[in-house]
Order: sequence, then structure tokens, then C-alpha cells
Amino acid sequence: MNRLFFELGRYLLFVRSMFFKPERFKVFFERTIHEMNNIGVGSVGIVTIISVFVGAVTTLQTAYQLVSPLIPVKVIGTIVSDSALLEFAPTITCLVLAGKVGANIASEVGNMRVTEQIDALEVMGINSSGFLGLPKIIAGIIMIPCLIIIANVLMISGGILAAKMTHLMPPNEFIQGARETFKWFTVSVSLTKSLVFAFIITSMSTYEGYFTQGGALEVGEAGTRAVTRSCVLILFSDFIIAKLML
Amino acid sequence: MIILENVNKTFGDRQVLFDVNAKFEPGIPNLIIGASGGGKTVLLKCMVGLFKPESGSINFNGRDFVHLPYESVREIRREIGMLFQGTALFDSLTVEENVDFPLKMFANMSPEERKDRVNFCLQRVNLVNVNNKFPAEISGGMKKRVGIARAIALNTKYLFCDEPNSGLDPITSRLIDELLLDITDEFKITTVINSHDMKTVFDIGESITFIYQGRVWWQGHRSDLHEARQSNKELDAFIMASQF
Repeated sequence: MNRLFFELGRYLLFVRSMFFKPERFKVFFERTIHEMNNIGVGSVGIVTIISVFVGAVTTLQTAYQLVSPLIPVKVIGTIVSDSALLEFAPTITCLVLAGKVGANIASEVGNMRVTEQIDALEVMGINSSGFLGLPKIIAGIIMIPCLIIIANVLMISGGILAAKMTHLMPPNEFIQGARETFKWFTVSVSLTKSLVFAFIITSMSTYEGYFTQGGALEVGEAGTRAVTRSCVLILFSDFIIAKLML
Repeated sequence: MIILENVNKTFGDRQVLFDVNAKFEPGIPNLIIGASGGGKTVLLKCMVGLFKPESGSINFNGRDFVHLPYESVREIRREIGMLFQGTALFDSLTVEENVDFPLKMFANMSPEERKDRVNFCLQRVNLVNVNNKFPAEISGGMKKRVGIARAIALNTKYLFCDEPNSGLDPITSRLIDELLLDITDEFKITTVINSHDMKTVFDIGESITFIYQGRVWWQGHRSDLHEARQSNKELDAFIMASQF
């Protein structure tokens, strides 16, 4: 229990230490753009693959469960689109991003720690936590919601594609089902989740890397811890957001 | 000038530095010598602010580094250059970008002026045609020289070197020693060098501080070293072990 409070306190202090005025805005801006490219553009491929397949599989499994002739097939479109918007796109995509982006950030920062590069920043008079962490957090908060919007569209597209390819229903019927119950509120829930998850992934991974001690083995362990802790926090906050917003 | 008064540092239950008092003069290489694990690196890291001592003061020309607020500490740090044992070059940046980094962060210079300054610093450490190479593509000795170039880029007033010769062959070690001596003399900076290489001590050391089990065991001039070892068995043992 002591360890939990120690980690929580250290994490909160670390996050607070990041929010100081950057030493040079031009460098800060360049680093943020660089991180946006790493986190956002670099993840488009994996997000595309996951989203299309999750949408397709959800459609097939929903169809498998809706066996009653009394239920119109367009309901599949309703269920798939709502599930995608509310849960699958933000949560599954962010769990995958926790693995890809989180491990990458933790190992990058962890390696900088064990090779004294972070000490070098501090000796120069640079706020190392802000210099390394804040551009990643801002980049994550901007790019991960964009990735989630892409994931939303692709999941529904994957569902339509699967329905068409398996002759389950024509695309217009799927779209009709999706549109009938569509509420903009579900999009705002999806984006709220993505913002919170983006902060968790980037801050937790930077934190784990920043406090790495030792060598290559510990850098690897920091990467693993960053992913597992981010995933647990994502699922926990997913529950909280669902409870508060729905 | 840097003056240390009663500096104590503890990690958990283990005290590493005990009432350290020392003085480091500008314009001459000040060497801290002692066996591994004796507290040299901890002392150096206390001086640059990477560790905060439990008590005592570290004065940089009258400014007490230990008791100043964080913002003021950062101001002093901009006058500090440090050569780390493992060089600590940013591996995602080229040699030129590494040396340019402190300039880009703190100097109000145009890109052309910065480039000139980077080239001056690299030439000063005898490095040519490596500007676009990454740290992984150059030798250990070259990395040390890039580290020195980065440390002096901002017209540093204080230069700290942690084991500048570690992992280097004897010839490259002497080159680094000579470079540190020249730079210290040329720019009149206060240079503090951690070393357990007695060749370095006798080649370039002016002021010597011998640390033994976290305490300053002896401090004086190089010329007094032979006389001091007669009455100081720990210092004698350290020098004897180095076959000097």
C-alpha cells in the first residue's frame, strides 16, 4: 500500500513538474510536431488494420447472435456503430496504442535516463521532465483523438464491408440502421475517452521511462510496466467515464 | 571559484559524504582523486545539482547553490558545462546538433552565428569533418571531445568532468588531458575533474583533492603530493596502487 501511495505521489509531482514554461518555444514547438508525427502518423497503419477487422468481426458476431426473424437485420448496423463509437474505437485502439506508443516512449526516455542524457539536460538548466514529457503529452492529446476518429470511421466501414462480403445485408441497410439511432453525444463520449486515454498513455509511459534505474534490462522492464499500467488505467478510467457520461 | 563547506550527503541509511570542505580555483585544473566508491562522483553530482546535499553549502562565486530556489539554480546551471563519464551525447542528434543544442536553447544567436560557434568549438577540440555523424558512428575519444565541445559551447564558467579518460587508450587519454588543460587556461574557467588516473594527476593536476571514504583526506598542490604521502598512508596506498 505504501508503494502505491509513493508511486501515485511521485507520478502526480512528475506530471506537475512538466507544466512549466518551456525554455524556448521554438524548440518546444518543433519537438511537439516531431512527436505528433511519431505518435499520430506513425500509428495510422496499425489503427487502420485493427479498426477494419474489429468492425468486421463485430458485425459477424452480432449477426450470429441475432437469430430471431422478428429483429430486422439493420439492427446489426445500429449495434455495431454504437459499440464502435462508444467502446471499441476508443478503448481497443488506445489499448493497442498503449503497447505501441507507450513502450516506445518508455524505452526512449528510459534509455536517455540510463545513459545520463537526462542528467545532461538538467545540468544545462533545462527542465528535463517538461522538455521530454510535455511535447509527448500535447502530441498525444492532439493526435490520439484524430486516430480515434479514423478508427470510428474504419470500424463502421469494416462492418459494412463484412456485411456486404458475407451477403448479410446491403450497405445501405447497415447505414440506415446506424443512422436511425445515431446521437452526436456518442461521438463526444468517444472523444472524451480518447483525450483521457491519450493523457494516460503519454504521461504514464514518460513517467516510467523517466524513473528508470539500472541498464538495458531495467529499460525493458520500464517498457513493460508502462504498457501494463497504462492498460489498467485506461480500463479503470473507461469505467469511470462510462458511469459519469452515460 | 567554487567553495564547499561541510557538505554531507546520505542515501537512505548510508552516508556517502562527510563534512566535505574544499576549494576549487579558476584557471587551473582541479582534480578530485580517490578510489572507486569513495564518493567522487556523488560529490561532483552534488556540485552540479544532480544530488541535493542534506547539509552544507556549495558556493559558486558567492552564490550558495544548495539553498537557492530552483529557478536560480537553473540560472547557475547555464554557466556549467559537464563532461559525463559515458559522454551523455544525445544519440538522436548529430555531432553538430549536439554542440548546437545548448546554443539553440539559451543563446540569442542567429542560425549562422550558432553554426560558426559550433564549428569553432569543434575545431577547438580538434574535430573536423564529423559534423553530420551521429554519436554511434564516432570513436570513444571523439565522443569525449564532442562532449567537451558541447560543454564549452555557451562560454561556460565552470567545467566538470567525470572520469574523462575512462575507456580510452593511453594516447587518447593524454590528448583529452592536454585539451582540458588548454581549455581551462585559455578560457580561465573553473575546471573540476574526477579521476583515478595518476598520470592525469601528475600531467595536468594543479590543485588536488583526495577523497577517502567520503571525506576529504588531503587537499593541496601537486608539488606537495610526494611530501604528503609520507605522512598520509591512505594517500600513499592510492598512489602506490597506481604504480607511481
